[in-house]
Amino acid sequence: MKNAIEVKDLSFTYEGYGDSPDVTALRDVSFTVPEGSFTAILGHNGSGKSTLASILCMLEEPGSGEVIIYGKRMTGEDVTDEDIFEARRRVGMVFQNPDNQIVATVVEEDVAFGCENLGIPSAEIRKRVDAALDTVGMRKYARHSPHKLSGGQKQRVAIAGVIAMKRDCIIFDESTAMLDPLGRRDVMETIEKLNHEDGVTVILITHYMEEASRADKIIVLDGGRVLTEGTPAEVFSDPEKLWEASLDVPQSTELLYRMKKAGYDVRLDIFDAEGCAAEISRAIEKRRGKRV
Amino acid sequence: MDVAFGQYCEGDSLLHRLDPRAKLIISILYIVVIFLAKNVFAFAAVTVATLAMIFISRIPKVIIAGGLKPILFIAMFTAVFNIFFFKGETLLVDVWIIKIYLEGLINAGLIVLRIVLLLISTSLLLTYTTTPIALTDGLEQLLSPLAKIGIPIHDFSMMMTIALRFIPTLIEETDKIMNAQKARGADFSSGSIIKRVRALIPIIIPLFVSAFRRASDLATAMECRCYTGGKGRTRMNVLHASPRDFVFTFCVICLGAGVILINIYAPGYSVSM
Ligand SMILES: Nc1ncnc2c1ncn2[C@@H]1O[C@H](COP(=O)(O)OP(=O)(O)O)[C@@H](O)[C@H]1O
Ligand SMILES: [Mg+2]
Repeated sequence: MKNAIEVKDLSFTYEGYGDSPDVTALRDVSFTVPEGSFTAILGHNGSGKSTLASILCMLEEPGSGEVIIYGKRMTGEDVTDEDIFEARRRVGMVFQNPDNQIVATVVEEDVAFGCENLGIPSAEIRKRVDAALDTVGMRKYARHSPHKLSGGQKQRVAIAGVIAMKRDCIIFDESTAMLDPLGRRDVMETIEKLNHEDGVTVILITHYMEEASRADKIIVLDGGRVLTEGTPAEVFSDPEKLWEASLDVPQSTELLYRMKKAGYDVRLDIFDAEGCAAEISRAIEKRRGKRV
Repeated sequence: MDVAFGQYCEGDSLLHRLDPRAKLIISILYIVVIFLAKNVFAFAAVTVATLAMIFISRIPKVIIAGGLKPILFIAMFTAVFNIFFFKGETLLVDVWIIKIYLEGLINAGLIVLRIVLLLISTSLLLTYTTTPIALTDGLEQLLSPLAKIGIPIHDFSMMMTIALRFIPTLIEETDKIMNAQKARGADFSSGSIIKRVRALIPIIIPLFVSAFRRASDLATAMECRCYTGGKGRTRMNVLHASPRDFVFTFCVICLGAGVILINIYAPGYSVSM
């Protein structure tokens, strides 16, 4: 499978000004994101997640190392403005604060904003905007003004704006962090739908473990380094390591992990409440069976 | 709170549906027509036309009357000034040093009428029936030829759009900060003026900090959505002039011609101003 994004030994430092010292936000980070995959990036505050995202969107220039986006190397002297424009056309981002990324005063015009920047003909923009609003389930708010929508609805409008540009890869930088549980669920459903049905490559930055556990692959950042990476089952099978990086594991995993330590024979790769309950009752049955 | 939409009145009248560019042009023409009117009959014609426009727009009369409040003082001042200092032929009142002429009264009436007509017609066309955003779009497209000589028309229009987008957000935020300060015991409504102004400082500073933060976030988000300025940009909603725009503009031009003819062929009490 081809890779949407390849990152090799990427380091990045924010230069200090005045009294503030330099801050090294990323150190020798390497990973790949295959096309069509769903990758979650975990890490506590200040671990470099947003810095990484803004480098992938060409908002910050990589310090040292290599960043390859859809086969095109984006590091080095010979990167032109057109290359950057092209990379931005393929990799989009939805930010944390839903208020600060909506430009227009009417929902559909905001969704159209990116397409207008790409110079797409009006009729085609119209089609794409309607389709994108359908995908996120916001078609009936097309003529509303964004400031009256709920946080989750605003975030879905922002997602529609990214979809309408037909991006191949979308990065969500804690896009659910400011939402209530209901809004969070809607947005997560939209994200999964994009990944499964439309084959969009998704990179989800989050600190909700339950969200991360739905990904194909998890990358854990700690102090600007990759602490561990792998499938959710692999990453969560070693909760101690995550606890050390002051991260949680999904509650169900933690429960099963504690049961396993107490001598129960349980699997650890279960992340939803029902599966967890079933596994526990199975383990208890089994132990009872042994005793009898 | 719907400040962003100013005095816009939701509606579906002919006036609402006119192209914003047409409305801008018509407003300018209409202002010219109002200034062309020189005598009572010409004013009558313009007044009837304006009343017709109010009727077509279906904007409630209360709103239109309310819109006149801000000019009440200036209108009264102008009227009084004209009544007392105008020298005409037909003397009506002559007490001590006060001399009031019939021509002065008529003149005062027409001047006030002119101010009222100006206000009503422009606000009907540009605020009551047009959203600020449509107006911005119209202005951008109307002035786009100026971009060729290096005037940043697109940038101004983008600034305007963003301002309109963020006014409600910032108002909401001001509310939030005020409440937060009130909860800490701040008092905005009593004390001397200096004290009150000072009480506003803890609101303005956080508001500015947050506005700058928003501006920086928005700039990043726009860049991320491939915004590179007006060059090579297309629009989803292109304004289309329809026959009604031309018909309406034509009507206003006819009104202007009529007013000129009346000025010439039906000299009545003419105004001097
Ligand atoms: N614009 C900036 N200037 C200087 N330092 C920054 C800037 N943005 C982030 N940092 C620092 O870089 C580190 C990583 O930040 P960030 O990527 O935002 O982390 P995260 O998104 O995981 O919370 C933090 O120590 C932060 O203080
Ligand atoms: Mg962050």
